[in-house]
Amino acid sequence: MKYKVLIPVLIILSILSIFIGVVPLSFTDIFNLTTQQQQIILVSRIPRLISIVLAGIGLSVSGLIMQQLSRNKFVSPTTAGTMDSARLGILVAMMFFHQATPLERMFVAFIFSISGTLIFMKILDKVKFKDPIFIPLVGLMFGNIVGSITTFIAYQNDLIQNMSSWLQGNFALILEGRYELLYISVPLVVLSYIFAHRFTIAGMGEDFAKNLGLHYNLVVNTGLIIVALITSVVILTAGTIPFLGLIIPNIVSIYRGDHLKNSLPFTALLGAVFLLASDIIGRVIIFPYEVAIGVIVGVVGSFIFLYLIMRRSAYES
Amino acid sequence: MVKINDVTKLYGDTAVVDHVSMTIPKGKITSFIGPNGAGKSTLLSIVSRLIAKDEGEVLIDGEEVSMTNNKDLAKKLSILKQANDINVRLTVRQLVSFGRFPYSQGRLTDIDKKMIDSSIHYMELETMENKFLDQLSGGQKQRAYIAMVIAQDTEYILLDEPLNNLDMKHSVQIMKVLRRLADELGKTIVIVLHDVNFASVYSDYIVALRDGKVIKKGPTEEIIRNGVLKEVYDMDIKIQDIDQCRICLYFS
Repeated sequence: MKYKVLIPVLIILSILSIFIGVVPLSFTDIFNLTTQQQQIILVSRIPRLISIVLAGIGLSVSGLIMQQLSRNKFVSPTTAGTMDSARLGILVAMMFFHQATPLERMFVAFIFSISGTLIFMKILDKVKFKDPIFIPLVGLMFGNIVGSITTFIAYQNDLIQNMSSWLQGNFALILEGRYELLYISVPLVVLSYIFAHRFTIAGMGEDFAKNLGLHYNLVVNTGLIIVALITSVVILTAGTIPFLGLIIPNIVSIYRGDHLKNSLPFTALLGAVFLLASDIIGRVIIFPYEVAIGVIVGVVGSFIFLYLIMRRSAYES
Repeated sequence: MVKINDVTKLYGDTAVVDHVSMTIPKGKITSFIGPNGAGKSTLLSIVSRLIAKDEGEVLIDGEEVSMTNNKDLAKKLSILKQANDINVRLTVRQLVSFGRFPYSQGRLTDIDKKMIDSSIHYMELETMENKFLDQLSGGQKQRAYIAMVIAQDTEYILLDEPLNNLDMKHSVQIMKVLRRLADELGKTIVIVLHDVNFASVYSDYIVALRDGKVIKKGPTEEIIRNGVLKEVYDMDIKIQDIDQCRICLYFS
């Protein structure tokens, strides 16, 4: 796995992504675009491309940070209740702040997702049985409880249909003016790269970090805030994309190790490539209709997840 | 100098460390021995500020540890707890580089790189410096952690059962390295040990603990005695001099 391969792949997929869609657009049209084609590119295709790349980078980096800080390879925003808590936050925002701007909604979602993540980390502290498979199961259970509460409240208030759009990730609805919130993830990813060294040390455990004079709690909390913020903006713009934060960091860890200075840029790049490829597959598989990207990532991701679990148990025995 | 004054640590109503006082001499190896639950590891964690104490004071070069800036203390004192359970994919070199974190915050200077090289050399890890930790055996991993502590270049080195899970060969190798660190580099080393014979052969001073209290402390030859060991371990232990080493026979 090398930059030399991944960067060209990302560029090719990006170009492909711009040309695939219901409104025909071929490479030869590029020099004499009709006004309609121009519109399509500027209003729909480019925003879609940018949002996929940003969401892919953001979610896989979030997963990487969570795995490092919880010292568990199977923890990610989907298996720690972060995503479910963010959704509960969106519901609350819809119910109580009808006129909320996207930024305000993001803030409410963030408050919920950071609280959910902190509760999960607290549960982790209390759990004596530290089996690597058991911990994400606890996270999934916790997420399902939060999810049930969300569904119940939504059902009581006739908001089920509104909520379901956030249940499944979908980039088809992304248009100019509806995705710009995702740009918030750019400085956050940069910040996590600056903190890469500290996250790696914090991932070695509290005693280890303290020995090296690191402010353990400060570093862990910074990491969790970054994760919760990124997850919130992605859910608000694209919806839930499962497994991405889980599988990408795991694949990269096998080849590049766990030092975040080495693995973080790679994780970001592979996340973008993977999500973009999934989106393109979803767009062509039942053309001219679309399979939601959440489904594609879910199907491919669950198989890779299973493979990782089996590889791990083979490795341990 | 490390001065421990009347330190107490309570878990609920029980004192796991009970009014302990001592002075740890500079440039020597001091071992904490005692049965399970004697409070050895807890005391070590208190001295290294990993655990907060309930009473008393720990002074390092005259300064209370819990009041000292975390970063400054990391250049003066290092603590290595049993670390064999961590399964991360870091290379030996990356791990050893962490030892320089208190100095460079991750941006390694030429001096840092020299220190890392010499620590790896000191622990004879050159051939495996680019291997991932999860590919190493328990003994190799332990050596890598000790190399990190050497790179941290602190005056005081505290080790919590560094021989745990190691075979005889690696145990001896590690104790010899610690001996060299004290004799050649003048480091002050404090170790928690389970095997009295390793304590007897390799340390200058021994502190014998039981039920959170210091039973006796002093130079090795004053502690490795039938009467003292009986009080500590509740066992009648015969002691024989073999090749100028005092060996405890506790197998029968």
